[in-house]
Amino acid sequence: MKLVRILLSFPILISICWAEFERDLQLKLILAEPGDTIKLESGLFPILGTLSMEGKNNIVIKGSGMNGTILNFSTQVEGAQGLSITNCKNIILEDFTVQDVKGDAIKCQYTDGIIFRRIKTQWMGGPKSTNGAYGIYPVQCENVLVEKCVAIGASDAGIYVGQSNNIIVRSSEAFNNVAGIEIENSTNADVYGNNVYENTGGILVFNLPDLIVKDGRMIRIFDNIIKENNIENFAPEGNIVGKVPSGTGIMVMATEHVEVFENTIINNKTAGTAVVSYFITEEKTKDKQYNPYTSSIYIHDNSFIREPQIPTLDHDIGILLFLRYFRDIPDIIYDGMPDPKYVGKTNLIPDSRRLCLANNKNAEYLNLDISKNFQSWYSPFIADFNTDDDECDCDQIPLPGVVLRFNY
Amino acid sequence: MFSANPILEHALPKLSDYGFFDNPINIQNPNADVIPYTISSQLFSDYSEKLRFIKIPDNTIITHNPDHTLNFPVGTYLIKTFYYLNDRREKTGGRRLIETRILKKISSEWIAIPYVWNDEQTDALVALAGERINVNWIHDNGIKKAISYGVPNVNQCKSCHAYENIQQPIGPKIRNLNYEFTYGSTKMNQLDKWISLGMLEPLNQNSFLARTVNYLDENDGTLDDRARAWLDINCAHCHRKGGPAETSGLFLEIEQTDSTALGFYKPPIAAGRGSGNRRYNIVPGHPDRSILEFRISSTDPGIMMPELNRRLVDEKGVALIRTWIREMLPKY
Repeated sequence: MKLVRILLSFPILISICWAEFERDLQLKLILAEPGDTIKLESGLFPILGTLSMEGKNNIVIKGSGMNGTILNFSTQVEGAQGLSITNCKNIILEDFTVQDVKGDAIKCQYTDGIIFRRIKTQWMGGPKSTNGAYGIYPVQCENVLVEKCVAIGASDAGIYVGQSNNIIVRSSEAFNNVAGIEIENSTNADVYGNNVYENTGGILVFNLPDLIVKDGRMIRIFDNIIKENNIENFAPEGNIVGKVPSGTGIMVMATEHVEVFENTIINNKTAGTAVVSYFITEEKTKDKQYNPYTSSIYIHDNSFIREPQIPTLDHDIGILLFLRYFRDIPDIIYDGMPDPKYVGKTNLIPDSRRLCLANNKNAEYLNLDISKNFQSWYSPFIADFNTDDDECDCDQIPLPGVVLRFNY
Repeated sequence: MFSANPILEHALPKLSDYGFFDNPINIQNPNADVIPYTISSQLFSDYSEKLRFIKIPDNTIITHNPDHTLNFPVGTYLIKTFYYLNDRREKTGGRRLIETRILKKISSEWIAIPYVWNDEQTDALVALAGERINVNWIHDNGIKKAISYGVPNVNQCKSCHAYENIQQPIGPKIRNLNYEFTYGSTKMNQLDKWISLGMLEPLNQNSFLARTVNYLDENDGTLDDRARAWLDINCAHCHRKGGPAETSGLFLEIEQTDSTALGFYKPPIAAGRGSGNRRYNIVPGHPDRSILEFRISSTDPGIMMPELNRRLVDEKGVALIRTWIREMLPKY
């Protein structure tokens, strides 16, 4: 076809000062046909603008390895993402690295079927508030698989799945991010076999108000190693993860039906595992459809290892814990804010709707009982905390595993 | 030849291939069936000037819906040429044409095709992967300006023009077209003109027709009208339900009435360093504490809004939004 010939001879027609690699790759992303594999050669390639793919089916973008193909955006002048994928179906990204993007490294939106495999996203200068927000960032997607990826240095979350459905994040590594892995306003997610360390918070499960996709639920966090997530929170203020205390292993906020099991949670200095309502953020919302409470949380068969150490003193909760417990901070911290609609008149929440703890190793429990201590809970000497985990002695039916549906 | 990519089927290699303009085409003098138009409030694009044209197929007509959206016939072309005045103080002085974007309606969907003008200014060539072009001009204050102007690639076109994932025009709505235009030497309301040409189905004259104010005209509407017009044309193509920025929950279209959706005391969702260490999108009375103000004042690609097609700050727009936030009306 005539136009194709003209496109191919295009570099000769117009003189430009733009790396051949970048424009060729962008053109391939525009012209890709279903079934195509776009191969990225080895090398370090400076990229000046967002690379984007839109409206494509069944495309593989394949580099020569996480340490072979490196797309570097440190001189980016245009666009807020490194790679942007929108409105696609059945896309596989594998074997390349995206570095130093001004905004989010790889954003994928409105896509059914997206695999990130052996992808690394990284900000090279270590944890800094000037780093981009998200590394691997599928949002409003269906059937998301993140596996064998590495996410480093994001000023929000290294691996962030938002407003999506049917998700697996496995066998990946996240460190030096504010949040290692975050599942937000999403439903049906399995997060397992990951190594999440030296972030501010390890794995977060959040529901936030005022979003179109609400009411995330059915999340399983299992078989992860969540270690020493004690770095200072470097999120720019205003971001909700900026409120996560340094030293958080797992945090479940305002979500129903979450199962946390068989994880190894090591030396997270402030809260090995926290189960909290949205009220802990001290933000207000007018969103009437939003449920700020947690319910049906089942935490079982996890191993906690915690050497005595001071919790973060950069956060009210950390100070509270320090004043009350000094260096021996409980491992599982519940804010004690059950969903009023399950509490009922008898004050008996059905087991299926409670926080249940079972067979956790070395797990000390603390209920801040904010609903009862609302006036005084932040006064550590007056507050009437409950540390007896008998109140959580119950079992729940395990959640079903996620089954991804791809049509390659 | 069939191609899964409709752009390859429809894009002609050169702008001159379409025959929209008399020769030489850089005068941009349209043929009789190509009608120039403007919209009342315009997207800021780095101080480039714009020429807009519409062509609909013979024997077709644009109809409208009760909610004042327009139905363009399949085969409609919207043509927009971006150019720079050599000296912004002399509106009739020399100019350099940079790019011409074509939106063509091929079904319920539109396709966007960018064309870049050659150095000789004799024609524009298709540029699906976009382009970066060094441009310079003398600014309103007499100072020389130079930028690397970004011509969007076809995917970037859609990143603004997508509504519910279908590519759509942004500007030509009844409320934006309900505005005077000078045809040769006569001024006429554009909607009346289109109706008189038989391009547009007659409107019910008894019904009140909305009109977006020109935010650059201090005598047009109230401060609130002008600020909302600016937010609508600069932000709402993404920041609305069904738009690509709907994930933020920040909705800035002119019809929006929910104050949280408009950003009042709304914490950001995924702003990252775009928050500028500010807590809410808009803090009434305090532009310097409002994330929205921070982002529209930035030129850092990871912070700035809109995300695309901007290297410079829209000084007048920022001043308008600052005043609006500072003097925030009790209605919010």
